[in-house]
Amino acid sequence: MTNFAHIAFYLAGAVAVLATVLAITRLVAVHALLYLIVSLLAVAVDFYIMGAPLLAALEVIIYAGAIVVLFVFVVMMLNLGTQARETERLWLTGRAWIGPAILSALLLAELIYLILRPPLLGSLSGVTSPKQIAIALYGPYVLGVELASMLLLGALVGACHLGRSSLSETEVQR
Amino acid sequence: MTSPHPIASIIGVLIVALSLSAFLIWVERRLLALWQDRYGPNRVGPFGLLQVVADMIKIFTKEDWIPPFADKPVFVIAPAIIMVTVLMSFAIIPVAPGIVVSDLNIGLLFVLGMSSLGVYSIVLAGWASGNKYSLLGGLRAAAQMISYEVFMGLSLMGVVLLAGTFNLTGIVKAQQNLWFVIPQFLGFVLFLIAGVAEARRLPFDLPEAEAELVAGFHSEYSGMKFGMFFVGEYLGITLISSMIAVLFLGGWMGPWLPPVVWFLVKVFAFLCFFILLRASLPRLRFDQLMSLGWKVMFPLALANLLVTGAVVVAMK
Repeated sequence: MTNFAHIAFYLAGAVAVLATVLAITRLVAVHALLYLIVSLLAVAVDFYIMGAPLLAALEVIIYAGAIVVLFVFVVMMLNLGTQARETERLWLTGRAWIGPAILSALLLAELIYLILRPPLLGSLSGVTSPKQIAIALYGPYVLGVELASMLLLGALVGACHLGRSSLSETEVQR
Repeated sequence: MTSPHPIASIIGVLIVALSLSAFLIWVERRLLALWQDRYGPNRVGPFGLLQVVADMIKIFTKEDWIPPFADKPVFVIAPAIIMVTVLMSFAIIPVAPGIVVSDLNIGLLFVLGMSSLGVYSIVLAGWASGNKYSLLGGLRAAAQMISYEVFMGLSLMGVVLLAGTFNLTGIVKAQQNLWFVIPQFLGFVLFLIAGVAEARRLPFDLPEAEAELVAGFHSEYSGMKFGMFFVGEYLGITLISSMIAVLFLGGWMGPWLPPVVWFLVKVFAFLCFFILLRASLPRLRFDQLMSLGWKVMFPLALANLLVTGAVVVAMK
């Protein structure tokens, strides 16, 4: 990696961390979600710099582009007003931070230990092409792919069951 | 890989894309008028060509009003998002051999990602306006654009299978002998319909259905903020037309004329087609839009992908 890529990597990483912190502390749900999107985009930039363009694109398309849109959709439907903002303010007290802070501190300690140990987590050199990822997914990891698809199928059947409308209208009226 | 003159191509693409979509405002009004047996704007300059300039002067000098009940930061940022995402997508469109801002190897996915981020502009504009009609428009936009995005991506995978790459220059070069519109005709039709829905054009302009929702998500916008949504829509259809030209009609390829001219001719033909759609089709109802998407288009896109995959494997 060139020097410029290093700077870009750490800049995007800093943006991701900052945006995530802001996403947690915002009182308006939609603002928090906006920061979450920024955080996801920053992570996508980091993936790209590390030589995983396919992963970066999927991060944008699936996480930032589809899943968080659904979050925004639900928040809009709930139509939260100033009351929700007050509740959020009450919830975000100093004591609520203790538990998450301990857990994150543990993770941070682990991360620092791993970074300080001489051999880094794999080499960051080289670009992984979409083809390589596809061959890996449908070669050694095919079982995982199939299991994930079964899980999604289950979710799909469940959603169909909950969303069916044929009998609900007469049932509800009774 | 980037182009030999990155700054020149960025400026060139920006100027061409923006002026083409501004010019489209005039083209659309004139063509609609033609098809409806009237004149359309023909007073400002020759053939009314300077109508766009007049409109721009008007829109820049209008009061830029932010409603007191709106969520100010989100309200301001929403129109910028659509401009940024659509203009970013133009970066990977190969206009002619060597004329492309960034020849990404995941080019197609980049466009899909940018178009899925463009949804936020409409949704957040609807939410931030603090107005029931805008909110309804935003909700409709979210549901419509997410649903149609799914098979918009799927309908393109047939092309990717045939070309063997996500790189748009590679896809154009793979059409040397046969344009993909012939082996992928179903994919072409599906992408065209999904493109109209993504650009929120009639018959799929439900997020701003003026007969029922005032103006939908942009009811509260005025001045240049409204102008950005307006130009964003034209940029959107320009982008979809360029994508169709690149993916299905062989991009810059064609006999006699220089490559750039061929590309522009193809793009312009589809732009006129989009305008003809607006002139001739009524707006769908929202439940019709949703069931068309999920019950007809989505299975067709899956079947297309399956058959294409089978054929590609069998041919090997």
